[in-house]
Amino acid sequence: MNSFGFLKSLFLSRAVVALVFLFMAINATAALAHDDAMIFNHFKAERLEYEGNENLHLFKWDIQHWIGNDEHKLWIKTEGDYSADQDIFGRADLQLLYSRNISTFWDFQVGARRAFEPERTYDAVIGFQGLAPYFIDVEGAMFITSNGNVLGRLNLGYEILFTQRLILQPRIELNLAAADIQNRGVKAGVTEFEAGVRLRYEIEREFAPYIGFDYVDEQSLREHRQSLRFVVGMRFWY
Amino acid sequence: MINLPFGSSLLNKSTHKDRLSGFSVWVFLALFLGNTVVFGAVYELTIAQGTIKLNDGQQTTLVANRSLPAPTLHWREGEWVTLKVTNHLSEPTSLHWHGIILPYQMDGVPNISFSGIAPGETFTYHFQVNQSGTYWYHGHSGTQEQLGLYGAIIIDPVQQTELVQQDYVVLLSDFPEADPERTLARLKKQSDYYNFQKRTVFTLWEDIQRLGFFETLGDRLDWGDMRMEPTDIADVTGATYTFLINGQPPQQNWLALFKLGEKVRLRFINASAMTHFDIRIPGLKMRVVEADGQAVVPTVVDEFRIAVAETYNVIVEPAFDQAYSIFAEAMDRSGYASATLTPRSGLQPVLPKLRPMQLLTMADMGVGRAEHSQHDQNHSAQGLGSTEQHSGHQPIIGNSAMPQHDMHSMHKMHDMEGMHDMSAMTAPPATDPYKVLSYSDLHAAQASAAWGKVDHEITLRLTGNMHRYIWSFDDIKYGDAEPIRVHLGDHLRFNYVNETMMNHPIHIHGLWQFLDNGQGLHNPKKHVINVKPGTRVSVDVLADAVGEWAFHCHLMYHMETGMFRKLIIESPQ
Repeated sequence: MNSFGFLKSLFLSRAVVALVFLFMAINATAALAHDDAMIFNHFKAERLEYEGNENLHLFKWDIQHWIGNDEHKLWIKTEGDYSADQDIFGRADLQLLYSRNISTFWDFQVGARRAFEPERTYDAVIGFQGLAPYFIDVEGAMFITSNGNVLGRLNLGYEILFTQRLILQPRIELNLAAADIQNRGVKAGVTEFEAGVRLRYEIEREFAPYIGFDYVDEQSLREHRQSLRFVVGMRFWY
Repeated sequence: MINLPFGSSLLNKSTHKDRLSGFSVWVFLALFLGNTVVFGAVYELTIAQGTIKLNDGQQTTLVANRSLPAPTLHWREGEWVTLKVTNHLSEPTSLHWHGIILPYQMDGVPNISFSGIAPGETFTYHFQVNQSGTYWYHGHSGTQEQLGLYGAIIIDPVQQTELVQQDYVVLLSDFPEADPERTLARLKKQSDYYNFQKRTVFTLWEDIQRLGFFETLGDRLDWGDMRMEPTDIADVTGATYTFLINGQPPQQNWLALFKLGEKVRLRFINASAMTHFDIRIPGLKMRVVEADGQAVVPTVVDEFRIAVAETYNVIVEPAFDQAYSIFAEAMDRSGYASATLTPRSGLQPVLPKLRPMQLLTMADMGVGRAEHSQHDQNHSAQGLGSTEQHSGHQPIIGNSAMPQHDMHSMHKMHDMEGMHDMSAMTAPPATDPYKVLSYSDLHAAQASAAWGKVDHEITLRLTGNMHRYIWSFDDIKYGDAEPIRVHLGDHLRFNYVNETMMNHPIHIHGLWQFLDNGQGLHNPKKHVINVKPGTRVSVDVLADAVGEWAFHCHLMYHMETGMFRKLIIESPQ
């Protein structure tokens, strides 16, 4: 890592700390100013699953946690996969974001990310999250890495109710790159396309085991892989 | 004869006759105040934790004098009452006398009328009772009310009205499974947490069969475009609530006894935090004689809706030697409260079946509101689902809400006959004998004086963000809002424009709201006005009491999240 990159990553990690303090300050004033500005805490493991086929065995996670009031939230996200066979983490990251409610259904998010794949970088994050018309859950973010690369991610989710507790969730995730990253083999465009369905049963609203499958299309400078994977996991929140 | 069902023995109530020390205090006070004081009753209420036994075991409650509901307070018009309220909780508490006209310092709202009652402290409320009828009281600190801190107030008029042989309080409430704070947190995280009646792929298929593919698709797209659910009738439902009558779930079946030929007055009070009820007594007509404590010209109905915090007195005259079910369905049909009106214990009434939920319509959503809001100044009448338009004396709402409600009541009628066929809803309504009370039926028994011109016309939009569970007036939460300031003696006219998909029972403390339902000087005065989704309702308010008053939606979680204002009435000097 060159010194410039080091300075940038140092700056970013400081930015994260500053963000936390900023957030706490906002909360403190909010609590004083409004008696209806209550602080809530929401942990949600949207996906905690085994995913695999005959060639591949992965443990994947997609976890978010926010703390805050109606307008301001501190939002932590982590997403990734771990291959037990090879004992390596695949695409994995941790994001720390300040999230601002900007309209009825939307939050604007800004913050920092520590990424482990495709590169070990500290990134700046600008994103949005909310509910689009026709009840489509949308989560999108742009990552500007400390090496100057620009990456993106878009998640779309939907829910189809068979009963009040048996719910089918189609889901699409796109990972994007603005330009080739030669040394990591990243090809500009859609680097990973994931489409799947998960059928969950909400034993409680907060706890639901599920099964499903994912179709994954990975495109890099070196290869183009497609695979179909079986999924079993659970979703829980509090 | 007054036959109070419960509570009387729980009250440490004393009068000047049996309480010497109290007597001397009041003599002193009377001399000090230098005016004629009618010696009134002294009540002692102690607020503490308690338990209630429901189907799934013991649950923690907040109770006054170890009773859920809290003891019924029986006052007389004109008397002075003293209420010594002691807090045995570890957090501050309060009691608010709902619908009672009194000095604002006695109103019992923490941070507005007083500073609340600290743990271990006693606060003494003292005021003269200048009204009569059925009211209630409840905690006004955070979510305490939800855990059982509510009771009835009966005030006998100076001149007794109709003579009845039996007189019962029927106090409805919704008791939650979880701690109310947790309920609120769940709503903030997933606002449809408690809705287990959402539309599924199977209802989609049924709708396609019934309405055709394109109409169904259009309907789904309309709702999807707004990101709203037509099944979203109640935020908190029977999924967590047990619905109680006088503190008893349907299984315990609270009993009201009568002898054949007797007139029975039932004083319905909705002490729920979040639940509107549709009330009927199959086999009996109910004569509505009082709304929110105020006498109205009697209307005979089969059913009426009681919004949160409203009260209605009805008189029934059972003609047969049989048990009748007092059946109160939650508005979203996620459950019911029931009790039995019977000549003797042991008789079991036929329990009606829960009827299907009535979905919201695009009209409820205020679609088309913009083009109507200018000319339908006077359409406030249909506060409740009703067959009212048959009488034809009331302006019809500007949007298409009315035909839908007509279908509601027809549907109800057919359900009475055990029919659940949706196609029955297209039958002509002309001979419908089934009468549901409407706000436009409420005709005050006593005319009010005309007040002259309106000094302030205030249009208040009832707003919210269901998705994130934020509720407000004019899109501004209480914490961010300035108080509403008016002068003593001002004639105020509030126009409530409901831009949300929920009903909002609007309560103003310390002042009457004269509902403009087209009855002119006989417009009924109420302490709670329910405003249905997508409608506009106007009320006249005479600002005749100096002080700081709470003004809010009486749905507890709406109030808690910001649908609240302070109304300040200032003396011009």
